[in-house]
Amino acid sequence: MDLEDQANVNRLAETSGTDDMVVLLGQPDANSAGLFAETVTRGDPTWAGPLAGVPLGLPVYHVLEPEIKEQMDGDLYDEHVGLMELSADVDEIIKWVAVCRD
Amino acid sequence: MNPLGPTPAILHASYVLAHAPDLVRYGSKPVREIGRDPSLLPQVTGSLRPWDEVVAYPPNQVFIGNLVPDDLASIPRPWYENRIDPAGSEGPFGRMVTQPALYGLMKLCDDFDLLAIDGELADQAGADLADFDHRRGRITGVDPAELRAMAEASNGLDLHQDGRRAGFIRTVHDQDESLSASVLLENLVCKATAVLAVSDLLRRARLAAGEIDYLLNCGEEAVGDRYQRGGGSLSKAVGEVVGCVNATGSDVKAFCSAPVHALIAAGAMVAAGVHRYVVVLGGGSQAKLGMKFGAHLRSGVPVMEDCLASMAFLVGPTGADGDGMGLRLDLAGKHPIGAGSSPKAVYEALVVEPLVRAGLRMTDIDRYAVEMHNPEITEPGGSGDVPKTNYRTLAAMAVLRREIERGDMDRFVAERGMPGFAPTQGHIPAGVPYLGHALEAMRHGSLDRAMIVAKGSLFLGRMTQLVDGVSFVVERPGSRPS
Amino acid sequence: MDLKGRRVVAIGEREGVTGPSLKLLAESAGADVVFSVTQCFV
Repeated sequence: MDLEDQANVNRLAETSGTDDMVVLLGQPDANSAGLFAETVTRGDPTWAGPLAGVPLGLPVYHVLEPEIKEQMDGDLYDEHVGLMELSADVDEIIKWVAVCRD
Repeated sequence: MNPLGPTPAILHASYVLAHAPDLVRYGSKPVREIGRDPSLLPQVTGSLRPWDEVVAYPPNQVFIGNLVPDDLASIPRPWYENRIDPAGSEGPFGRMVTQPALYGLMKLCDDFDLLAIDGELADQAGADLADFDHRRGRITGVDPAELRAMAEASNGLDLHQDGRRAGFIRTVHDQDESLSASVLLENLVCKATAVLAVSDLLRRARLAAGEIDYLLNCGEEAVGDRYQRGGGSLSKAVGEVVGCVNATGSDVKAFCSAPVHALIAAGAMVAAGVHRYVVVLGGGSQAKLGMKFGAHLRSGVPVMEDCLASMAFLVGPTGADGDGMGLRLDLAGKHPIGAGSSPKAVYEALVVEPLVRAGLRMTDIDRYAVEMHNPEITEPGGSGDVPKTNYRTLAAMAVLRREIERGDMDRFVAERGMPGFAPTQGHIPAGVPYLGHALEAMRHGSLDRAMIVAKGSLFLGRMTQLVDGVSFVVERPGSRPS
Repeated sequence: MDLKGRRVVAIGEREGVTGPSLKLLAESAGADVVFSVTQCFV
């Protein structure tokens, strides 16, 4: 994850706590989604950014997960996610994000 | 199409890969990371590939045209292990040059004595660099003591060759970041690599440099001093070295999509009769060398962002040299500000809308060229296979439009897509690396129509959240059903 | 996970779903998006 964005997420977590915070991802492939999920849960696996060694343990979900989808406006979802639902390996993405979350 | 003006065509394409292992340390990412942890430098230099391996690297062979993209699809990964043997550094529309040749090009492009190299490197540079007779006298060396004195007397960056300090580029103005050695290095390598691409282009086109009317640079460097950072131009600077004495030029800036913007603009200039021959050019991106070196080191693969890439395209009237491919300006696509940034909105605007306008379907396009980044470079860092993602999205679009069945998506991707083969050099990979292959395939009659699609991440500049995109279609002359 | 009333950090990608798109979607679920960004890997 971009180092500046890691710093932003870290600052948000430090200044206002993580109690009601959720991370929502939109990556189109499993490796990339998994890397982001890991960064906001166990810390930056590349040990390059501000979240290296910082296990924020944030709940992280991908926009493709059914329990997230069902809460969102259907028309908006079709417009913004419909194409990726069709083109991406949805099961694999959900699996990798879930591995980090659990 | 303007019935009175000429029909524009892309007549020739030219690509260059300049091996730059000793400039990797000055890429944006390596500079920052090595600054923080100097022990990374020997790890980086120890993971760089020698010249022979860079030449034999299958994606590089595709980039210069010795292999076609479909060949690459049948070569097993990792490509850095499955090298081509024998492999040449010259291809039908591109070539690779050594690092000494790159330094030589920088010397002959240096109009302000920014750069000094030692005598040994100057000899090597001259030997590795043919052409440019009128400027070769500039490739002179200084003795090592003089080089050392220069480095001690002024701020700047050491340049290396074969493990030794072999050159120095100076900071021009200590209070002006835009004229610091690191920025000037970026600009000078961009100019130097673009010069070679344009020079090769004109040689292959058998067109005198004086015939060029206009130059459009689409690189991502920021030329200028502190009062106009990035507001300057490289077009004329490049044209001057190549001898385009009758041309002027300007630069098109639009992140990665700039080359496609520039080609559309060049086509429009030709169609409108403003200019007869326009060259679109883009030099290499120093900042992106070694961009993913951390992931490469962690994964135990070579640091593969070790080459600067450049390109040039000749746009002129169809039929002028009996060759080339039609640039269908009536099928130019754009992503308008109001379209929204969802992938669906982007592809509707870039791909579907122009085709529908002409009564065509997505399956009427034989090949799509999208973001052509080499996946072997991007995957270790978790960035995925960018071309594959793009092609899957295009296929999904065709499903939504009921042009293909969902079960045919893989076939759509295999037939109308291709594996990524371009280095991660900013503006270079966005669609246009395929133009050389498209020209060859159309000359052989094996391709009728291709669409070039480029996207740009405008949001990176923090001035808008928008993305950008443009597209055009190229067509084999005479292939259009009447 | 109920998004309603939660503070959401949205990390999108240019080739997938972008930050602004995730923001719209999360807001449609009643979340408060406190940070959204689009990553570009190339």
